[in-house]
Amino acid sequence: MSDVTLQIDGKQVAAPAGATVLDAASAAGIVIPTLCHHERLAPFGGCRLCVVELESRGQHRLVASCAHPVEPDLVVRTRSDKIDRIRKSLVELLLAHAPDSTRLKELAREYGADRDRFEPAEGFCVHCGLCVRYCAEIKKLHAVGFIDRGIRKEISFLPEIASRECAGCKECFPLCPTSYLQAAYVLVEALAFPPPPSTR
Amino acid sequence: MSRVEQRLTSRDALEQAIRTAASRRDPKKRTISTCGGTGCLACEATDVITAFRDELEKQGLTAEVEFRSTGCHGFCEKGPIVVVDPEETCYLQVTPKDVPEIVSQTIRAGKVIDRLLYVDPLTGAKSVRESDIPFYKNQKRIVFGPNRKIDPQRIEDYLAIGGYRALAKALFDLSPDEIVAEVKASKLRGRGGAGFPTGVKWEFTQKAPGDTKYLVVNCDEGDPGAYMDRSLMEGNPHSVIEGVLIGAVAVGSHEGYVYVRQEYPLAVKNLGIAIEQAEELGLLGKDILGSGFEFHLKVHRGAGAFVCGEETALLMSLEGRPGEPRPRPPYPAVRGLWGKPTNINNVETWANVPLIINEGSAAFASIGTETSKGTKIFSLVGKIANTGLVEVPMGIPLRDVIFKIGGGIPGGRKFKAMQTGGPSGGCLPEALLDLPVGFDELTKVGSMMGSGGMIVMDDATCMVDVARYFVDFLTEESCGKCVPCREGLRQMHRILTRITQGKGRQDDLAALEQLSETAVEASLCALGKTAPNPFLSTLRYFRDEYEAHINEKRCPALSCKALISYYIDPARCRACMICLKKCPTQAIDGGKKRIHVIDQAKCTNCGTCLEVCPAKFDAVRKLSGVPVPPPPPDDQRTIAGKANEP
Amino acid sequence: MDTQAIARIIDKYHGEPSSLIQVLLEIQADCHWLPGEALELVAERLRVPMSRIRHIATFYKAFSLVPKGRHEVHVCMGTACHVRGAPRILERLTDLTGLQPGETDLELKVTLETVNCLGCCALGPVMVVNGKTHGKLSPAAAADVMKTYE
Repeated sequence: MSDVTLQIDGKQVAAPAGATVLDAASAAGIVIPTLCHHERLAPFGGCRLCVVELESRGQHRLVASCAHPVEPDLVVRTRSDKIDRIRKSLVELLLAHAPDSTRLKELAREYGADRDRFEPAEGFCVHCGLCVRYCAEIKKLHAVGFIDRGIRKEISFLPEIASRECAGCKECFPLCPTSYLQAAYVLVEALAFPPPPSTR
Repeated sequence: MSRVEQRLTSRDALEQAIRTAASRRDPKKRTISTCGGTGCLACEATDVITAFRDELEKQGLTAEVEFRSTGCHGFCEKGPIVVVDPEETCYLQVTPKDVPEIVSQTIRAGKVIDRLLYVDPLTGAKSVRESDIPFYKNQKRIVFGPNRKIDPQRIEDYLAIGGYRALAKALFDLSPDEIVAEVKASKLRGRGGAGFPTGVKWEFTQKAPGDTKYLVVNCDEGDPGAYMDRSLMEGNPHSVIEGVLIGAVAVGSHEGYVYVRQEYPLAVKNLGIAIEQAEELGLLGKDILGSGFEFHLKVHRGAGAFVCGEETALLMSLEGRPGEPRPRPPYPAVRGLWGKPTNINNVETWANVPLIINEGSAAFASIGTETSKGTKIFSLVGKIANTGLVEVPMGIPLRDVIFKIGGGIPGGRKFKAMQTGGPSGGCLPEALLDLPVGFDELTKVGSMMGSGGMIVMDDATCMVDVARYFVDFLTEESCGKCVPCREGLRQMHRILTRITQGKGRQDDLAALEQLSETAVEASLCALGKTAPNPFLSTLRYFRDEYEAHINEKRCPALSCKALISYYIDPARCRACMICLKKCPTQAIDGGKKRIHVIDQAKCTNCGTCLEVCPAKFDAVRKLSGVPVPPPPPDDQRTIAGKANEP
Repeated sequence: MDTQAIARIIDKYHGEPSSLIQVLLEIQADCHWLPGEALELVAERLRVPMSRIRHIATFYKAFSLVPKGRHEVHVCMGTACHVRGAPRILERLTDLTGLQPGETDLELKVTLETVNCLGCCALGPVMVVNGKTHGKLSPAAAADVMKTYE
């Protein structure tokens, strides 16, 4: 495929057509923070930490770089007061769930996020979906999935599959940005107390 | 009435069918149209319809009188509605026991029944004809008007008013490019929320590479308090189908889906019947009107998720997945349903299309403002005298909608705010009532056209609570995929809830503003990006209410339960014992001839005492931000004379 | 619901994986919930992973993974009803039944639910019991309506 030339943080960067802005930045050695991104998985666009500012046709807007395709002559900024403010806010929201996550603590330092900005929220899961998507897309086992929606959304292992498959795999654990606490916990819970098949 | 049964294999055959259907409609023939929309059905219109059918049979009038059960007439406040033509006599709040009288008096003897007419609450003047009622008089019902003239379950009725003529024009007179150009020239903008120019959207899909293209009708009307799409789909499904067919010819699509909420069973039913009848007549399916053009339309029921109104979430749902939006670009026009170019428009948008093709873009564009053309149907609800669906030209001042059409605020209360645009919209104060209705006009002041909900609020409505209500709604309806929406709304909801409970903190407004910016800028889809609007607009126009809650622990509207106390005014209490007996927590002390006093420690603020206190005593008060006065001393609590007379 | 009835529903949609939600809606309408055995059959026949079925069954409000009560009460919490006092109606009903929205009592008598808008805004506040609409409610009137359902 032909290359597309765009500008990231003042640098001319070439990227293959169809690549994302995040891909292009990474290839050029420009670091954009991410939580839910994984190079072997389809773009998800859930954590929004990778927001960058785009300038095209005189308009500025924020987009998630992990899901935004490169376009010719795109002008991208990966840091600005606004971007930093948004990232700080996002990290603060996630710290309400997982205040002791190493990855989140690093990000908090970088963006000056206050771990007590918001009231603690139940569960350490930050819904990055890495475990769910890895299990479905790479392992094709579907042993863990999401249930419910909005603020009640959770990850949940299916005991029937998990009891068969998970003991020998556990490849999703190290992907978890909350230090695999949540996946491990939910798996153990599902195996120890399997719900009746008809309920969640 | 015999049905048109033959497949229409040419334009001439369609014209012939239209003429036949129209000629069966003798304009001088007595016709009874009874509203069978969901709103009227909820107030027993079914019984009224049955009563008419029985009564006409009993009086031997079935041949002479045409009876029609139609879709929504719009004046839901006064349903069930019955209109008798050709005189256009309009009867409101009709009950089954009125029916024999209507048949023998109005139908047989041509007399008007006075007590069933509309009475102007201010002047006491009565209106006989529907079009004389102020509610209707000030509207422009070009899209919604035909509802009254057709039985949605009979395609002949739609043909009788010239139905599918625009389709024939699109198939035989216009090229796809000319159709797109016509829609672009009309400046029609999407009626579903964002107001994107429809013709431009069509052009994207038309130009997108690929042979397979899909069209989608978005009837996932989820805004609480908005039901115009349902009423169109229930009352005039063929106008939507015809619009889609014209779109199909324009963009080159052969398959479409109608995504309709399963909470709308009548819409699903009438749409299904309409599709079946259109297929029978060769207006849908293969070789439409002998043109060789093929288009199939399928119904997909939504399973209850507000977010599916967002187009990418809707597509996920159509594919049989959870309705989680996907990032755009790629836009559906390029990669939509099953990866194919897809054009999605809202019900009302599609219903406008035949009108534009029939009347021409110039006629359409002559209505409205510079950037908003045509009409818009609004559902005017809340604290308003005339609840209902109203269709008005773009550019009409909000004030006219509320007062001329809506009849103002009932119960002698004062207007406080108007909420437009549903959970993505905002609340506008009295000072903005002269604003002309239009997409950009509403966005500029922090609200939105949205799908057309207009919720009127009076001075008893707390604006902080309204913001909390919408954020609560959205925390339930967020898909939960992205952090700014899911987590941001969770925290916004907590903060707004504590403010309404009198536990607000000084930095709460700053925190809410921070969360709002994050959601607006960083959310994945429009649900999250617009979610802070109800908060931001109430903060912009009603900041004093937030401050009263936080600083004085006072709810100026006397609405937030945790911030109010109920108090019986000893000067007005006549010791009638009603509240004392009804109080569910026995918090009221008193007796015969003994002034009642609320024990604040026992009171749960349920409001029953206020509700049951006879209007002539009007002794119960709500207080907020002030201490409850101490009860009168014991020796002053006895009422002389007969207890329960003022 | 027997497996044959479910198989018939699946056949009606030609076993298309994309018809998953339509199939589940029909099962829900017939059984008033989604029994586990039915879901397993759907997963197998439509070749859809169970994890997605469970996500859908919990994502969309029309579905229930537990049996519903004999009487289904839907209290409208739409904006028009809200400003006309719907929260107080709901509160009275939760007090009366001891149920929170979404819950069913142990005898499977009543399921209490909230809905976003029933589109009968002129009648607000509104509740629907077993498909019958009750409008212009006060908390006391709502409680009286409930007492008529046994």
